Amino acid sequence: MQGGKITVALVGNPNCGKTTLLNRITRSKESVGNYPRVTVALKRKEFTHQGQVIELIDLPGIYALTSQTPEEREARDFIHSGQVDIIINVLDACNLERSLFLTSQLIEMGHPLLFVLNMADEARSKKLQIDTQGLSSMLGGSVFETVGTTGEGLKELLDGVVMLHAQKTRREPIFLTYDDHLEQSVRRVQRLVTELHPKALDHHQSRWLAIKLLEGDDRILLQEGEHAHLLEMVHRERYDLARSHGEECDLLFAMARYGFTHGVVEEVVQGPSEGEMVRDWTGRLDQVFLHRFFGIPLLLVLLWIMFQSTFSLGKIPMGWIDASVSWVSEWVSGQLPEGMVHDLVVDGIIAGVGGTVVFLPNIVILFFFMAMFSETGYLARAAFLVDRSMHTFGLHGKALIPLVMGFGCNVPAVMATRTIEDYRSRMITILISPFMLCSARLPVFILFAGAFFSEKAGTMVLLMYVLSIVVAMGAAVILNRLFLRSDDDAFVMELPPYRLPTLRAIMIHMGDRVIGFLQKVAGVILVGSIIIWFLQEFPHHQTLSQDYDREISQLALMPQTLQNEEIITALKMKKAQEELEQSYLGQIARTIAPVFVPLHFTWKDTVAILTGFVAKEVVVASYAVLYSQGDRAAENSESLRKALSHSMTPIVAFTFMLFALLYAPCLGTIATIGREAGGWIWAGYSVAFSMTLAYGLSFLVVQIGGLLL
Amino acid sequence: MEYSLIDLEPGESGLIKGIVGSSQSKKRLMAMGIIQGKEITVETVAPMGDPRIYSVLGYRLSMRNVEAQNIRIVRN
Repeated sequence: MQGGKITVALVGNPNCGKTTLLNRITRSKESVGNYPRVTVALKRKEFTHQGQVIELIDLPGIYALTSQTPEEREARDFIHSGQVDIIINVLDACNLERSLFLTSQLIEMGHPLLFVLNMADEARSKKLQIDTQGLSSMLGGSVFETVGTTGEGLKELLDGVVMLHAQKTRREPIFLTYDDHLEQSVRRVQRLVTELHPKALDHHQSRWLAIKLLEGDDRILLQEGEHAHLLEMVHRERYDLARSHGEECDLLFAMARYGFTHGVVEEVVQGPSEGEMVRDWTGRLDQVFLHRFFGIPLLLVLLWIMFQSTFSLGKIPMGWIDASVSWVSEWVSGQLPEGMVHDLVVDGIIAGVGGTVVFLPNIVILFFFMAMFSETGYLARAAFLVDRSMHTFGLHGKALIPLVMGFGCNVPAVMATRTIEDYRSRMITILISPFMLCSARLPVFILFAGAFFSEKAGTMVLLMYVLSIVVAMGAAVILNRLFLRSDDDAFVMELPPYRLPTLRAIMIHMGDRVIGFLQKVAGVILVGSIIIWFLQEFPHHQTLSQDYDREISQLALMPQTLQNEEIITALKMKKAQEELEQSYLGQIARTIAPVFVPLHFTWKDTVAILTGFVAKEVVVASYAVLYSQGDRAAENSESLRKALSHSMTPIVAFTFMLFALLYAPCLGTIATIGREAGGWIWAGYSVAFSMTLAYGLSFLVVQIGGLLL
Repeated sequence: MEYSLIDLEPGESGLIKGIVGSSQSKKRLMAMGIIQGKEITVETVAPMGDPRIYSVLGYRLSMRNVEAQNIRIVRN
């Protein structure tokens, strides 16, 4: 603690600009969102200021510390963990009264506090005048005005952190005082708490504990469970207070807190009334975006533009990357001597990684739109617009965000379900999120659609998107039937004002995702490609049915004719086929393949399915390696499409696409589900559920399709 | 006269009298600024009439009608 680094936690309401502030301070890459609760995991950044190492931790945005949501619990546990030296409480300058509710609870926890009035520029433009001196003395800590987007006031803030740590600006801690009745109860409980924990707690801590007990905080009650007479006393006090005030005890405390915040606001804020505050351009924009008749069509149009741009605009740079990969492959091929290393690099690494990197433009564009939606504040509006429809499927409007994010990647999608307070709704959303067509599966569909439905490739990919939504909604209905219905239908959600996103914020948001994708390519995909290559290259001493090499070299010596060349190609293909069948990968796949016979999948498709467990993009990489056999020429999607198009009928190809869409989430998603849902049983449930659905639906499609066509 | 929040039409406002319902939902609503004595206005209605957006404490908040039903108000 002393002398070493200062650990600083940023605490504030969702959407108060904490993440923007953190980004600005550390000038690093961090996702920012103008949507409540975009920060789900704890993000830490270390840097130095005035030669002092400061570690900044971004706690999830919360409205209170009453341990109702996972975020609140996480934030509170972290503050209590003893790792935090200083808390920076970020306040939305335009929303001071509500922001201060959390502050009133933070003050009671007794940690060294600094206050930040963020978005001071917005407050100024709304002609709000805040007396920071007055605020500072009422809150018992220094107050700094900042503008997260420009960096205004940040130097002063960091100076303040260093000063506070050096105890130069330490003040007397302040206490919230409640009305007589509450105050007497608090003191009585506090006295007993102190007796029960002799010397373990200071005045602040025992008072905080007493207040939490009187507020009926489940976790604290459980923690003190061994002290029966304490609980009995708390119970009696709560009952008495509730009876004499005609209101539940926890609400009496909440009301008292608002009394405090109201007092503070009355004292320090001058400016327009609350009513005038919302008569801004956000109101006028809402009239358009949330229009009774045009709101939803507008949402659909925006989503359509997003997908159109992702695919049609993406095509151009895709061509360039494709060409570069071919060039690299050819160049490397020429440099390396024939042999194992050559094959590993060209057929394994370049084919696998190259086959995936091609989809980078799609991902960049998709995330550009996602960033735009969340930065502008539109994402919350979208949740509002669809809530009624989502509710029909037993989902929450907030599920739209995880589900739409699922189009990018299922991992953040599962994490984003944290915004849903209701346990049941949240579990259902977690289980259906993997059905959303993530950008990793997109390469598979682009490849297959191109190979089998070249004329209607775009339509087929769109159809897969539609199917992914239909299946997800159907699954939600099924899961709703399986789960007990809960009557908690909460949809309390803040709608942040519309904001013009800064280019910087968009770039950071996109950059994060793109780097994430590239890391995946460099990590999982690279390793996956090498393993697949190894499994299909070995064992080396195979007994082939013919001596292909001799026959080919003999034919090559003869005069070049068209017929001759065709025979050579056919022989090469046959040789490759046999080699693969006998490889380890072939052996494994052929053992499992009978399971997929009813779906008309071959053992090669089985290989792709197996490898897709690692990450869905690997399916493409697998096909690239599978069909590169005997073909020393560069890998590009065009040649892969050709090779693939001869391997199955369109109906089987469609079935494979459907199966690839639905079968088990990738390893990363499975791990995330296990962590987020709070148990591996959920991850197992998710795998079993999706496998059953994928197999069942694929079977129906291939059987019915076979009858019709 | 005491009303529930859903009795208000878009553009109308009232003063919050109190919240009924489970202690859990009361706490959540209070943390979001639904407090006795504050003015609340209906801003926007979703396409199918539910949920609706309200303004309170100078910011916007959306709620389903089942929740709004639990908020008692007096008309301005």
